[in-house]
Amino acid sequence: MNPVQQAVVWLNDPLNWTNPGGVLDRVGEHLSMSVAAVLLGCLVAWPVGLWLGHSGRGGGAVVLISNLTLSIPTLALLTILPLTFLGFGRPAVVVALAVFAVPPLLANAYTGVRQADPEARDAARGMGLSGWQVLRRVELPLAVPYLAAGFRTAAVQVVATAALASFVNGGGLGQIIRAGFGLDIAAGGGQIIAGGVLVAGLALAAEGLLALVERVVTPRPLRRTRRVANRRAADATAGN
Amino acid sequence: MSFHLSYRAEPGNPWFSWQYVRDNSDTILAALREHASLTGRAVLLAALVALPLAVVAYWYRRLAGPILALTGVLYTIPSLALFAFIAPYLGIGAVTVLTVVVLYALLVIVRNAVAGLNQVPPEVRDAAEGMGYGRWARLFRIDLPLALPGILTGVRLATVSTVALVTVGVVIGRGGLGQLIFAGFQNNFYKAQIMTGTLLCVLLALVLDLILAGVGRLLTPWLRSRPR
Repeated sequence: MNPVQQAVVWLNDPLNWTNPGGVLDRVGEHLSMSVAAVLLGCLVAWPVGLWLGHSGRGGGAVVLISNLTLSIPTLALLTILPLTFLGFGRPAVVVALAVFAVPPLLANAYTGVRQADPEARDAARGMGLSGWQVLRRVELPLAVPYLAAGFRTAAVQVVATAALASFVNGGGLGQIIRAGFGLDIAAGGGQIIAGGVLVAGLALAAEGLLALVERVVTPRPLRRTRRVANRRAADATAGN
Repeated sequence: MSFHLSYRAEPGNPWFSWQYVRDNSDTILAALREHASLTGRAVLLAALVALPLAVVAYWYRRLAGPILALTGVLYTIPSLALFAFIAPYLGIGAVTVLTVVVLYALLVIVRNAVAGLNQVPPEVRDAAEGMGYGRWARLFRIDLPLALPGILTGVRLATVSTVALVTVGVVIGRGGLGQLIFAGFQNNFYKAQIMTGTLLCVLLALVLDLILAGVGRLLTPWLRSRPR
């Protein structure tokens, strides 16, 4: 039997899905981990990015943070953070994943506010809006396509990266692949490929779903900027 | 003989130790060498595949969409899944790591190269045509040199992310510096080893990026005198 046939057999064994530590458990872990990490990332990156964009300062810092996190291996953060005060377990993994969600979120929030039409900003000022009101009522709505694009990029990246949590026994679908490699290629080839299919499928599903969400939350007049935002978002990130 | 078994004796596991670096310089250098050579070969291979693809996408506009979409899908697939697909066929070894890493670097270079080529001003293209340049001559003497900044940006991004990505190779025991980090984690959470591996990774990315930036400056002297 070649590895692909083995994978089909593995995926068709109901026990592989319902056992403790089976696919269903792992999907749950994977998703809860990813959601927590993305939310944490948003909580940190969006306020900072929006404020930096509003005040027009810190563009260099945004680029620096993106480039720096690009060069830090995921594996390093996953192994270092449990040894700090965070301790072993879920929190350390979530923080590690959130760190990699920050650059796309931050860069897009920053660019989103920066690209707001200066005339709209001036008009708002002229109407007597305070700096805070300008940010909330003018710049923030105009930045929505960028925020959505950044969210999608970050979320897909986190779902993809969460597979690596298995290196530190952090759970998630990666665990299935790791267990397969633990069995040796000849015996575990099917399980390895099955795990790969599941991980890749989840990432692609997340990408598709979020593309849809992005389309829905973007007001019609801003749909054209959305495409630009997408390109920007893709440029702002690389590597997972 | 007295034993100190106190839990608080932190000096037993510092975050960094020169002692460790000195005692294990052989292992560390071997890992660094493997990492650097994997990265170098991967980026070179990726550039060799990506540039023709970018040129095809530039010449035949109808192929640009599919090429970018295909590399985009490849990029969305998590690295661990890609290892899972490839390892059962190519086995446990450097070839597998190389294949995975090349596939990722591909997208970054293709996308930036296409962007660079599309930025060649149409007047310049028309002028070249008017001067009787054929398709190939124009490519090598007009389009590619003018797209060089975009291409180099792609190569630099690809290099930095490749350095980080090679560490995922630990899943098949060929992770370069990742091997160091992972072994440190498994050997009773030896912080000094984990930290050394991490720092060397970041440093390697930084050095390679600086080298490529320097090469870029040398290759595009006309950009230097341009006023800001």
